[in-house]
Amino acid sequence: MNASAGSAWSDHLVVLPVVLPIAVAGMMFLMDERRRRLKAGLSLATSLVLLAVSLLLVVRAGESALVYRLGNWAAPYGIVLVADRLSALMLALASVLGLCALVFSFARWGRAGPRFHGLFLLLLMGVNGAFLTGDLFNLFVFFEVMLAASYGLVLHGSGEVRIRAGLGYIAVNLVASLFFLVGVSLIYGTMGTLNMADLARRLAAPQMGEAALFEIGCAVLGIAFLIKCSAWPLGFWLPTTYAAASAPAAAILAILSKVGIYVVVRLSLLLFGAGQSQGFGRAWILAAGLATMAYGTIGILAARDLTRAAGYAVMISSGTVLAALGTGSDGALAGALYYLVGSTFAAGALFLLAEILQRGRAATEVHQPVFADEYRDPFADADATEIGRVFPAAVAILGCFFLVCTVMLAGIPPLAGFVGKLAMFTGLAAGPITASAWWLIAALTLSSFGTLMPLVRLGIHSLWVPGDDPLPVLRPTEFAALAGLLASCLVLALWGGPALAYADETVRWLAQPQDYVRAVLGAGLEGAGS
Amino acid sequence: MEIVLSLGIGVFAASGIWLMLRPRTFQVVLGISLLSYAVNLFIFAMGRLTVGAPPVLGAGAEIVSVDDPVPQALVLTALVIGFALTALFLVVLLAARGITGSDHVDGREPHQAEPQPETPHP
Repeated sequence: MNASAGSAWSDHLVVLPVVLPIAVAGMMFLMDERRRRLKAGLSLATSLVLLAVSLLLVVRAGESALVYRLGNWAAPYGIVLVADRLSALMLALASVLGLCALVFSFARWGRAGPRFHGLFLLLLMGVNGAFLTGDLFNLFVFFEVMLAASYGLVLHGSGEVRIRAGLGYIAVNLVASLFFLVGVSLIYGTMGTLNMADLARRLAAPQMGEAALFEIGCAVLGIAFLIKCSAWPLGFWLPTTYAAASAPAAAILAILSKVGIYVVVRLSLLLFGAGQSQGFGRAWILAAGLATMAYGTIGILAARDLTRAAGYAVMISSGTVLAALGTGSDGALAGALYYLVGSTFAAGALFLLAEILQRGRAATEVHQPVFADEYRDPFADADATEIGRVFPAAVAILGCFFLVCTVMLAGIPPLAGFVGKLAMFTGLAAGPITASAWWLIAALTLSSFGTLMPLVRLGIHSLWVPGDDPLPVLRPTEFAALAGLLASCLVLALWGGPALAYADETVRWLAQPQDYVRAVLGAGLEGAGS
Repeated sequence: MEIVLSLGIGVFAASGIWLMLRPRTFQVVLGISLLSYAVNLFIFAMGRLTVGAPPVLGAGAEIVSVDDPVPQALVLTALVIGFALTALFLVVLLAARGITGSDHVDGREPHQAEPQPETPHP
């Protein structure tokens, strides 16, 4: 951390991704529902600022972690936000996905119910906070903010399908939160601290009582995160919920399962990378990851519409990162992080594309209002004024977009999906090839084929087969959102070298937890302002 | 005191889990509430059980006779969040009851669903 008082303004960048969205969201809840343009403009400006800040953090988090001490209290007692390479990478991912989903919602979905923009910003605040926080209890609080906003977004647009899916989603997540609390309190009861760096420091010391109880606490905590990232026996809620949610909500929810992945990666490398409980839970994570990939592949093969296929694609991408983490190979994990970014963009884009292609079918439309007083007919005015503003050559453009999505998700050569899988292969082949490496190689290859087949089938069905359905309509904002997401995929492929080098550096940083501990706790000892 | 607290947590958790697995939405809400009581008591117990000990270290106080304030703060946060989310869940429950016309967690009565796939009788 830069200790000089002269660079004070830029040190506050770390807290901006949390403070800015919640401040704007708070303002928005006070405004009248009818001031749509103002709300849309405000949330667009906020998302743009968040994107700029997160890109700046990606650049600045280069050498060490940026530590922000709230209220300037020193680390083990005060609350810290930590932006290191992994956090900055995930922040950038969330900002790009958030911006594109928001732009997409301007076309139609932002009007499908009350308080969309406020909930959307609260969700971004929770996600950003979960990526930045340096202690477990604030992680719980940010998780809950994120989940509470996501409940609202899943129900956005109302209708029987969404309410039924939302009921299950909320119940599953309430139970997951209880697991989270039990795990956190067990860890506090045995270790006496919840600060992640302090936990890692105490684990590195040789003497520790109650090691078994601590590991039970971590396992219970892990269950909560594996529910979030929809690992195999815990993830049956995901495809149903995401298929029921409105398109921009589903696209931004794709980042939620990545929050679970982020925490699992962060904690298992920080706490179990070295020291007393080295390698704890790795075999379980590998097994869960492989099972998730298998289940996701079977699910996507059986999927009969695009939104469900996209949900299973999210599961496959989560499972891939978990399995790569479980092999314990640094090269594979670096490839998996690169793959995670690309596949999240592609899965988000697929949710948006699916909504355009399936428009007009019953499940995606708005039904009965829940709150009659706040409900304004969302699409009636939009359909009346859209004549003349519809994007030309919609089918050709949608076909191209669909092709990019398929190539990304299946991991076919020219694009980033393939580069990520190749990086995982070479990472696994770098060391002695173990049995778990063979399992992961087999799963990666099979999941590629398993993703390619159903996506090609669904694409042919919805784009090429002549039918009675009206031609899909593409509005300029929807085009911009999809183009933004897929351009990010292309950028990731074209600048694959620097991106992979960044992922490598990230994993090298994560593999040395003592640096993280020194950055967080050492900053407190220096006594410099932040 | 330990035996009473652990029995209480156990009874709350057991009834909560049983209710949570019941088919009616209101039972699920009650189950989640009871389970969250059990979890809150559990967090509280993680600060060790003491009687009459002050939570703040005064001048000259011995470190063994101090109650740990952190789990109590955690319980407060968890209580508030749990309360808000239970209220939200109740609203969704009422919406589901109103729209689907059934208080079953699947949104339809089990006997309604069975006749639809016409399975031939052997």
